[in-house]
Amino acid sequence: MSGSPVRDFRTPLARARGLGSAKSGVGHFWWQRVTAIVLALLTPWLVWLLVSLAGADWAAAHAAIAKPWNAILLSIFVVALFWHAKLGVQVVIEDYVHTRALEVASQLLVTLACVGGAFASLYAIGRIALMA
Amino acid sequence: MAQRERPLSPHLQVYRWQITMTMSILHRATGCALAVGALGLAWWLLAIAAGGDHYANFAACLASPLGKFVLFGFTASLVYHLFNGIRHLLWDAGLGFDIPAVYKSGYTVVALTVIVTAAIWFFALRGGA
Repeated sequence: MSGSPVRDFRTPLARARGLGSAKSGVGHFWWQRVTAIVLALLTPWLVWLLVSLAGADWAAAHAAIAKPWNAILLSIFVVALFWHAKLGVQVVIEDYVHTRALEVASQLLVTLACVGGAFASLYAIGRIALMA
Repeated sequence: MAQRERPLSPHLQVYRWQITMTMSILHRATGCALAVGALGLAWWLLAIAAGGDHYANFAACLASPLGKFVLFGFTASLVYHLFNGIRHLLWDAGLGFDIPAVYKSGYTVVALTVIVTAAIWFFALRGGA
């Protein structure tokens, strides 16, 4: 950058952290990919589970989810799913909603819905798995 | 905001259609649909946790023609978003960036979506849904 009229006014610490002015750096990009990989690995298993439960009665569905491995993988899946959904819809709102108040309200709503969906799912899985 | 006549950069309508533009917007659209589908998955889990009567209601909703139609939409969206997402991850790794490869992977994703969605519904309906 020597010879350029534009100087870098960041402190050496800020440059080393590399988090930029929004203080999150590549966090959004990275976690979107991490959750994507988790979901790509687990989706075939989930589809197989759901197809095997097509037309099943309550007892069969309950028993399938109560199995330890199914309960564990399903818990991981819903956390990755709602996290990935939050990150993705966030960008869509950032791109298309140009009214600031509406944008902030939408982002809040999406965050609350995703956190709520994740916790409700975990509660349901826990209740199914732990209460016979 | 003050309305002023300014030159606009070229937008969608000046470009010839290419599969890449449709695949790109479909990735977003299916992603938004699947965010709603995620709430459906939470609903399904809560219905099972709530007991047999609640689950019977939920299952009846799914088994209705409208329920099946929505569920089919979620299935197709999920399969498309999964395969196109893998395409995106490969791009992130720096693979398949040249134009012929981008087109080839695009048509591959479309073909896989049709085949896998059909296979899922074949097995689900044979299972008694």
